[in-house]
Amino acid sequence: MTTPNAPTPGHSTTTGLRPHSGVGDAVRLWWDAQARPTQWALGLPLLILIALLPILQIPVLTTVGTNFGGVMAQFGMYALIAIGLNVVVGQAGLLDLGYIGFYAIGAYTVALLTSPSSPWNQTGDGGWLSQDWAWLAALPIAVAITALSGLLIGSPTLRLRGDYLAIVTLGFGEIVRLLADNLDGITGGGRGLAQVAYPRAGVSETNPNGVFSAGSGSGALNSGVWWYWLSIVLIVIALLFVGNLERSRVGRSWVAIREDEDAAEIMGVPTFRFKLWAFVIGASIGGASGALYAGQVQFVNPTNFNVINSVLFLCAVVLGGQGNKLGVILGAFVIVYLPNFFLGRTEIFGIPIDGTQIAEYRYLFFGIALMVLMVFRPQGLLPVRQKLLTYGRELYVAARRTIKAQDSELQDSSHHRTGRGSTGRDSTGRDSTGRDSTAKEQA
Amino acid sequence: MTGGLLHTMVVAEPLIGFDVAALGRNFWALTVDGLTYGSVYALVAVGYTLVYGVLRLINFAHSEVFMLGMFGQYAALMLLGFGPNGDAYDMGIVMTVLYLGAAMIGGMAISGGVAVGLERVAYRPLRKRGAPSLVFLITAIGASFVLQEFVHFVLPRLTGGTLGGVNAQQPIRLVEPEVQFQIGSANVTNVTLIIVVSALLLALATDQFINRTKFGRGIRAVAQDPVTATLMGVSRERIIMLTFLIGGILAGAAALLYTLRVPNGIVYSGGFILGIKAFCAAVLGGIGNLRGALLGGLLLGVMENYGQVVFGTEWRDVVAFVLLILVLMVRPTGILGESLGRARA
Repeated sequence: MTTPNAPTPGHSTTTGLRPHSGVGDAVRLWWDAQARPTQWALGLPLLILIALLPILQIPVLTTVGTNFGGVMAQFGMYALIAIGLNVVVGQAGLLDLGYIGFYAIGAYTVALLTSPSSPWNQTGDGGWLSQDWAWLAALPIAVAITALSGLLIGSPTLRLRGDYLAIVTLGFGEIVRLLADNLDGITGGGRGLAQVAYPRAGVSETNPNGVFSAGSGSGALNSGVWWYWLSIVLIVIALLFVGNLERSRVGRSWVAIREDEDAAEIMGVPTFRFKLWAFVIGASIGGASGALYAGQVQFVNPTNFNVINSVLFLCAVVLGGQGNKLGVILGAFVIVYLPNFFLGRTEIFGIPIDGTQIAEYRYLFFGIALMVLMVFRPQGLLPVRQKLLTYGRELYVAARRTIKAQDSELQDSSHHRTGRGSTGRDSTGRDSTGRDSTAKEQA
Repeated sequence: MTGGLLHTMVVAEPLIGFDVAALGRNFWALTVDGLTYGSVYALVAVGYTLVYGVLRLINFAHSEVFMLGMFGQYAALMLLGFGPNGDAYDMGIVMTVLYLGAAMIGGMAISGGVAVGLERVAYRPLRKRGAPSLVFLITAIGASFVLQEFVHFVLPRLTGGTLGGVNAQQPIRLVEPEVQFQIGSANVTNVTLIIVVSALLLALATDQFINRTKFGRGIRAVAQDPVTATLMGVSRERIIMLTFLIGGILAGAAALLYTLRVPNGIVYSGGFILGIKAFCAAVLGGIGNLRGALLGGLLLGVMENYGQVVFGTEWRDVVAFVLLILVLMVRPTGILGESLGRARA
């Protein structure tokens, strides 16, 4: 293939041949090679372990300053948001800085329907929501309304591109917050809406309001843990939904739009329609997360829906790896967990630290982390590997195996790669093009 | 028909006030005050527009450059021996203008320095790697966080609590607002005069610099075609640095003018919304277009002031964002179109 020359020392030929040969890739390859039942057999216990984290109270992992269950519940919400935002930013490549608007709309929908202080309260006399099931009934309504708002906001703005889109969505996010703040008569303005409904389940002597009520339980199994479990259910549903979309025509269109919108348009992808789809789907997932938030905190007010938090969501997506569903969940975990990990901690492994202060400085550290990450690893912690969507995973793995077999034959010929040329999503795509074409030839 | 309309207005009345008559009553006062805000927006918008014109990058951290400029001029005033007492100093016109000039230079130095430093530390490594624009934007957001939190937490430690921190700085007043003359029914104060006149002078100077000097030609050349400009002997890196410097300097000047109008605005989070609005102004006028940024700034300031009287003060920011969205819907390239490279005159 290439001119045979001696491999340079310190630069192994395998690395040259295989652009993705890190630990993560090894794990991913191994995982992809497993059969479906094996994947379930391994994945399910792992999921259960993750779900049981707040109960197990692992010494170093458990937060000191705040309730670990509460932290994990917050992580659940952020993970759901990250999955939704990932559809918009990671999949379709639309930079949405006002995503928090959808989160707010979801939260306010539930609050407006179920809070006694809201003029549209439906839980009281004459309302059509039963007291016990109000939250669960309001959840699909919140999702539907945020999806609708995504449609309304997206249809005029998605004709704009890139930076313009970013700033206009930022404007919309701010408008949603300011509306919530200024429409005193409906949203209660700065006072917010209190006593939002929550699922009334597991009512017992000790928990007269059910396990989801804010004051319920103590110690390891408190309301936060229940909310965390509820959010895991929603996350799994969202992951199945988004994962299937990714492998469909819609998902392929998103990737095409992300990589080159003009080219996609020319190739017959109705770009505007699929961008709108991404916006609406992302919005509805954000709305679901907002509903979770409103239920868990049982109170909404505008201050939580500011731009800084919107940027924090974006942080989670970028940090984890745009486009990778598991990556963004990891990103959400880092964003939520790290500050809480340090909160109230006075020592770590015997080294004395002032944890509360570190937690206070979190935006400073997030800012530095973002800057450093963008220079050295712009693809995020767990980068996306979006390849051969048409041919399916099985074929891809088969092709990988063939290439693996060919590796030994090509041991002596070195393949000059220019290393990491460009950065970012482009590089993930571009680095893999060589491998892609090989795999396609195999097919 | 009219009955239905009236009915909706009555229903909407308690939620959103709708008072057009107030606009008519205070038209001139609102215009004049809007121009003072507009001048500040315009100067900050120049920073966005120049960087965008040359690099196709939204320098999201420019709002923090402006914020640091406010602290820069404040620190300069403190170094000159002023302190935050309740009353305004009364030193006569000449001395006041001199001290204000000194403070402005302080603000310009800090802002310009931060802007150039930001370019060196944050953006240049990315440029060398040829990163896509999303990466630049996210870095800018990160830098914005860092600069804000620096003033929030680190600066008070460095200065022993005199600068920075959670609370806004106690205002140092050099000028007491006094009515000088009237336009229509509007009172024009000395503060308004200082802001508008200095902003106009700076805008004029920048315009001349971009359009008449060798450096300005270089900026326009790089904005138009970076490769050809490099082939013609223009150092792209140096031009980029110059662009950030000019943007920073103008933001520093704007910072001083803004604190004259809003003395309690010197706080770590004080640049954020203003920066977004200045960016809106740049987009309104046509981003990448210098005169567009100036026009957009003045327009935004005035429209926002009209809007806040018609709909109520709390809707001020909403008016700005809605205006931006409407303009982008109708004319996505802004009022004057986006062209720094092609702007001959």
